[in-house]
Amino acid sequence: MMQSLRDGAHLRRFFSSVAGSAIVAASFVSVPASAFATEELNALVWCDHTDPALVEPFEKANDVKVNLKVYEGTGAALSILDQSRPGDWDVLVIDGVDVHRAIDLDLLAEMPAGALPTADIFPEVRMEANNTKDGKTYAVTEKFGYNTVSYDKSKVDPKDMQDLSVVFSDKYKGRIALYDYYLPMIGLAGLGLGKKTAELSEADMPALKEKLAEMRSMSKQVSDVVSSQTALATGEVDILVGGGEWITAVLSADKPNLDWTIPEQGAVRWAQSIGVMKDSTKQDLALKFVQYIVSPEGQARLATSSCYWAMPANSKAGEHLTDPQKAALRFNEQAEYLKKTQLYPIPSTELDQQFQDAWTEMLQQ
Amino acid sequence: MTATTLEDADRRKAWGFAAPALLWTLAFFVVPFLFMAAMSLWKREGREIVRVWNLDNYLRFFSESALLQGLINSLEITVIVTVLSVLLAYPLAWIIAERVPKRFQRMALILAILPFWTSYVVRSYSWLLVLSKNGVINQMLTSAGLIAEQLAIASTRTATVIGFVHFFVMLLTLTIYSNLIQLSPNYRRAAADLGANAFQTFWHVVLPLTLPGIMTGAFLTFVLCIGDYVTPQILGGNNELVLPQIIMLQLGRRADFPMAAALSIILMLAVTVAYVLCARWLKIERA
Repeated sequence: MMQSLRDGAHLRRFFSSVAGSAIVAASFVSVPASAFATEELNALVWCDHTDPALVEPFEKANDVKVNLKVYEGTGAALSILDQSRPGDWDVLVIDGVDVHRAIDLDLLAEMPAGALPTADIFPEVRMEANNTKDGKTYAVTEKFGYNTVSYDKSKVDPKDMQDLSVVFSDKYKGRIALYDYYLPMIGLAGLGLGKKTAELSEADMPALKEKLAEMRSMSKQVSDVVSSQTALATGEVDILVGGGEWITAVLSADKPNLDWTIPEQGAVRWAQSIGVMKDSTKQDLALKFVQYIVSPEGQARLATSSCYWAMPANSKAGEHLTDPQKAALRFNEQAEYLKKTQLYPIPSTELDQQFQDAWTEMLQQ
Repeated sequence: MTATTLEDADRRKAWGFAAPALLWTLAFFVVPFLFMAAMSLWKREGREIVRVWNLDNYLRFFSESALLQGLINSLEITVIVTVLSVLLAYPLAWIIAERVPKRFQRMALILAILPFWTSYVVRSYSWLLVLSKNGVINQMLTSAGLIAEQLAIASTRTATVIGFVHFFVMLLTLTIYSNLIQLSPNYRRAAADLGANAFQTFWHVVLPLTLPGIMTGAFLTFVLCIGDYVTPQILGGNNELVLPQIIMLQLGRRADFPMAAALSIILMLAVTVAYVLCARWLKIERA
């Protein structure tokens, strides 16, 4: 999903990581109090965790320096871990659909379910099937959002955005950008075919390829997060298919004409999870960090991180969000949105390659 | 000491001086390259990398048109960029070397390469803003009444080429300038004595003598351009993929290192072919 950025949105990830690294580097330059902390915690994360406003309260409260490394995709994260020594990393943030990849590689530690605010997390994003295995909890959902339709409401008819078929029609030909991450986009193509994301199979590939080609023919470009935001903000395109609150919310103050919605046909939902590394020598501190991140306060800060905004998984985070922040995130409309959306596809490795090949083929058309 | 003993001593000294560079190359190029070559002959199956020698990745590259097209796109863009950059850089370098007074040449060179001082990524995004539908170029053309509808430049191959050419003209200007200022004025005087006019002198004397500088810069341009991921990704709008983008696609989510390694080897082969074509002009020693 969005950060699938992590996964798919290489570029977005790439640039996000650059931004994240810059923030981390800047934090060293400014020599914060945490630089003299007695303990250190190493976390492999997405760029939204590098916002000092998120990490500093935890560092101060626990006299710890949190070292953050941003990565751009699950593939990249697993490579980093493969090249690290056991114990190098204490915390891992990972795409919700890839938690089992990490569990199967014996990377994540079991977390006591009672130590996590599971009851406060929106039921639709608890994702027990993803975050647990054999009844044991290995990760917890920390943030989620939607791959749906972002648009410039001063340029398009907002009513049209309620119908995915209009978005894919000639009416807006050449004014559309497609988000460059194949998993959610194939999920959206599936929705366009009336297929549930969880039911997509090899048999659907011909129809999916056709739908992708149709989407491509209507679009002006296929772009990563930063380029998509730039294209929407500069008027290069008026619609971003695959976008969502994570594209427009952070721009809400400067670009109030940018909006997002979930069409009647529904949309695709992404989620990111956080867990403790099995080989961490600081299990307690790592768990404490996870608890902070999924606490209402941590969730509000994570949701409005400078890198990108998205919905907090903890429903109580609303107590710490301002009204404009809630409005930008559509916080109060989540019950309806969650019903209309599906988690993006979780393909087998074989189907995953077919998805990627179909996406590559579409890009070369 | 005999001559043979002296030669042995010189040889040992030469190896001593060369050893650090050789070790460096061995450790950070040869060994990684061999590992990458080996990796390209393995295969990713499911979540595992199967270490059984096979040519599947290469066969897949040549059998899937979308992958092969990536190489074709890379070569087309690189050749266009290299030719355009040479055509623009040569006059610029010539003007700096021949028309700008000596005392101002350093300043002129600094001005020419000033854009190098900004981040490559920032520069690419700046071009995106300049070339966009509501960017500076379209606004100027529209307000001047030269176009009725905004031009679609951003997110096209043209935008990618512009971004590349902007960067590589600076590089080529340096290599060509350094070649031009080393040319003895006696060559031109001799040509004039023999009755050659300005164009003939340039065509038959100056240009051939500056070919090494041109080819060195062109080869560097080729290598840097064909391997670049950032500019096509930002300015091309993914409307066509070049090979580095396809390599990244293999790694981002699926971590298909064998396929990415195979594509990288193919990219290196393209660079090797370019080197072979340019080799006669890339000699270090002066003729």
